[in-house]
Amino acid sequence: MTELILFVLFGVGALAGAIMMVASRNPVYSALGLIGTMFSIAVLYVVNGAHFVAAVQIVVYAGAVMTLFLFVIMLIGVDQPEDTTEQLPIQRPAALALGAILLIGFVVVIAAGTLAGSDDGTVVGTVEAIADELFTNWLLPFEVTTLLLVIASVGAIVLAQFKLRDRK
Amino acid sequence: MIVTPVWYMMLAAALFVIGASGLLLRRNALIMFMSIELMLNAVNLTFVAAARQLGDINGQVSVFFVMVVAAAEVVVGLAIMVAVFRRRASASIDELAELRG
Repeated sequence: MTELILFVLFGVGALAGAIMMVASRNPVYSALGLIGTMFSIAVLYVVNGAHFVAAVQIVVYAGAVMTLFLFVIMLIGVDQPEDTTEQLPIQRPAALALGAILLIGFVVVIAAGTLAGSDDGTVVGTVEAIADELFTNWLLPFEVTTLLLVIASVGAIVLAQFKLRDRK
Repeated sequence: MIVTPVWYMMLAAALFVIGASGLLLRRNALIMFMSIELMLNAVNLTFVAAARQLGDINGQVSVFFVMVVAAAEVVVGLAIMVAVFRRRASASIDELAELRG
């Protein structure tokens, strides 16, 4: 019963935030909608027993990534309105139609399929359980992600400096 | 009523479709980028629901890796966006048409 209440409450919250993100004219409201969606999804993670993932979701996504987004929105400027003239007149109805087709396809596939497993509530994603898996079976991929993060930060620095050197 | 993992997969499918539609509908590069983040989040929710259904912690480990890649992608993507904005002073992707033949 508790899970039903949480699912309805935060499922609706996630959908509302997502729709607010897509529909809002102001990029700041879009970012706030996405933050709401990410918090709602974090709650749903906790309900599903993924405690560590929920904490990382809030710290990394709702915290770091969205702060970065808000910084760039402020940097680029929120005051200029988006031009609503379409280069391709058919794009807007076509996008909505394709979205509807995609949703129908997903629902049909999920409803028709049968899942293996039993959902017996044995998976609890504590820090210990995740670390146990991460540092034994997934050790090499884990080390590769550190390399990826270094490459990404070096790339960001190079991109930020590129224009300054160009201007001299 | 019992909430099964299938319910979460349905919710994740709806979120993914909203993200995909946003990517196709909006012209602002930042909001298109946020739509991609929303799609990644929807897939993560599917991973967690599948981990619960299958009784396998590896689904949650996969979410961890998706988050790392998404963080790296955001850092580089936003840096590119700022670099483009310095040159063009616009966040609309329709104006980036220099490669048109």
